[in-house]
Amino acid sequence: MLPLNAKITQITEESPAVRTFFFDPRFEDLEPGQFVMVWIRGVDEIPMGLSRNNSITVQNVGEATSKLFELKEGDSFGLRGPFGKGFTLPVKGDKILIIAGGVGAAPLSPYAEAAFAAGAEVHTILGARSAGDLLFEGRFEALGNIYVSTDDGSKGVKGFVTDVLKGLDVAAYDRIAVCGPEIMMSSVFRLLEERKALEKAEFSLHRYFKCGIGVCGACCIDQSGLRVCKDGPVFSGVQLIGSELGKYSRDASGRRVKI
Amino acid sequence: MYTLTGLKLKNPTILAAGVLGTTGASLCRVAREGGAGAVVTKSIGPAPKTGHSNPSMVRLDCGFLNAMGLPNPSYPGFLQELVFAKKNSSVPVIASIFGGNPAEFAEVAEGLLPSNPDAFELNVSCPHAEGYGAAVGSNPCLVEAVTAAVKDVVNVPVWVKLTPNVADITSIGTAAESGGADAVVAINTVKGMVIDIESGYPVLGNRSGGLSGKAVKPVAVKCVYDLYTALEIPVIGVGGVSSWEDAVEMMMAGAAAVQVGSAVYDRVDIFSEIGAGIETFLERKGYSNIKKIIGLAHEMV
Ligand SMILES: Cc1cc2nc3c(=O)[nH]c(=O)nc-3n(C[C@H](O)[C@H](O)[C@H](O)COP(=O)(O)OP(=O)(O)OC[C@H]3O[C@@H](n4cnc5c(N)ncnc54)[C@H](O)[C@@H]3O)c2cc1C
Ligand SMILES: Cc1cc2nc3c(=O)[nH]c(=O)nc-3n(C[C@H](O)[C@H](O)[C@H](O)COP(=O)(O)O)c2cc1C
Ligand code: FES
Repeated sequence: MLPLNAKITQITEESPAVRTFFFDPRFEDLEPGQFVMVWIRGVDEIPMGLSRNNSITVQNVGEATSKLFELKEGDSFGLRGPFGKGFTLPVKGDKILIIAGGVGAAPLSPYAEAAFAAGAEVHTILGARSAGDLLFEGRFEALGNIYVSTDDGSKGVKGFVTDVLKGLDVAAYDRIAVCGPEIMMSSVFRLLEERKALEKAEFSLHRYFKCGIGVCGACCIDQSGLRVCKDGPVFSGVQLIGSELGKYSRDASGRRVKI
Repeated sequence: MYTLTGLKLKNPTILAAGVLGTTGASLCRVAREGGAGAVVTKSIGPAPKTGHSNPSMVRLDCGFLNAMGLPNPSYPGFLQELVFAKKNSSVPVIASIFGGNPAEFAEVAEGLLPSNPDAFELNVSCPHAEGYGAAVGSNPCLVEAVTAAVKDVVNVPVWVKLTPNVADITSIGTAAESGGADAVVAINTVKGMVIDIESGYPVLGNRSGGLSGKAVKPVAVKCVYDLYTALEIPVIGVGGVSSWEDAVEMMMAGAAAVQVGSAVYDRVDIFSEIGAGIETFLERKGYSNIKKIIGLAHEMV
């Protein structure tokens, strides 16, 4: 498919460096956890998780994202997707734990809402650098228990999401969904591995995407060779055993870069 | 078992260059789970390249358009991937390489030799990398020189991958043969472009790129047909193969084996499916072996 034209209907400032861009059209059959390729014309095309079926939530980190931040309501960008495999929806009566760090909360928020709508009990651990960076706190809070951690202690537990996770009974949950910075995900991975909970856990990975549709091979992970853009971005904990997670990734040229 | 330029293949389907070939693990997955008879790596050059900016590939109704821009970690960076693929894939691994001149081609080939690739494929055909690829591959003298330069430094088979974006592909094929090529591979992508009518911007980051998939199959079949007539060495057919029927057609045009690229979009195990389909076809039609269909169309007059 060629990029479709997405018109920005609303922009919300979530924190100084994070904005949500609502757009038209909306993806009615979104699988929460899926991503889109956002084309800022004349600049670059970058992957973004969907934070609703008609929004992306973007952290300004570089060239393309800062160009995106220059756009206003009524402007438009190109959009391909939704692509990839999302999180597994729980069934009625399941108890699920969401573990979100930083903008990792973006793809997890529609998942938490879909899980709640499916009749699951939804608990969330939400982590960020400081209180002002907590993303979608209200959306998660509306669904059930929420545990907050901040690196600087300005809200909730001072420390990381793993510090909260250590105090929870992992065995009580039927599913665990994780997205955030890779360092955070790999510490969560190790903790869940120790507690033999990888089978019910899912992680949403980030790798450098070129094609976004499973052909070029830029985003493949070791040792499985699975494609993050097509076989993921959401992988079960079991698929990631012995993988490169937390160790290295590859840059645009394919060179290994230490995490 | 099936022999191609001395390599032993369990079936005549090969992963095309630049598709799922960035990492050793990915090449192994295509070999094991995908069932490919052999795999070709991403094209590797003398220095790291990040490639063109995105969008670098889009799907069209009739196929795919891409301008990756030869992203690669350079031969020193790729060695460990090739070593992994050689160790774990259990099929022949062909190193695709590129350079701007004969010396660079030879440098990259020699640089990858320690990982023992089973053959080299020379990319003289990428349509959208300035100074590389088709810039080399549309000049018969340069193609012959590049082929000879690599043949000089390696003692494994050398395949030369041709571009269809020339007036006469057989003159380039002949040049490769004169340079000592063990096979030619045809075709690389066909120049193409798409424009976003909402904004007027060309869609690809590189503005234009190369067409692959369904749309290019008839172009590939014709190129293979002509090369089969013109050359003594085997022709490997690539371009738009996504089913065993496509593979049989390519072989009837003269292909000794086929490569599959874009069709991994549908499923990674496309290779075993094509391999099995060819076998069943040969049985059903009573052909004693695959050689009976290679170039068959040339006899039907
Ligand atoms: C599946 C997936 C979902 C994502 N979801 C979100 C999200 O919801 N919100 C959000 O803010 N960010 C998300 N990201 C990260 C986002 O894609 C990068 O922050 C963005 O590409 C940066 O582009 P830039 O030009 O501004 O930065 P640059 O200056 O180009 O680089 C900054 C960083 O961004 C990374 N990056 C650049 N281009 C790409 C690319 N084509 N593919 C992957 N990474 C790239 C680089 O590796 C680098 O580390 C997601 C990434 C992936 C793979
Ligand atoms: C994403 C992509 C990347 C490619 N990269 C290379 C490359 O690095 N070297 C090369 O010789 N050919 C490259 N090609 C061309 C393919 O190997 C093949 O010749 C072409 O796509 C036609 O085959 P297909 O229709 O089966 O894809 C690439 C093609 C695609 C789609
Ligand atoms: S980005 Fe091309 S295969 Fe994933």
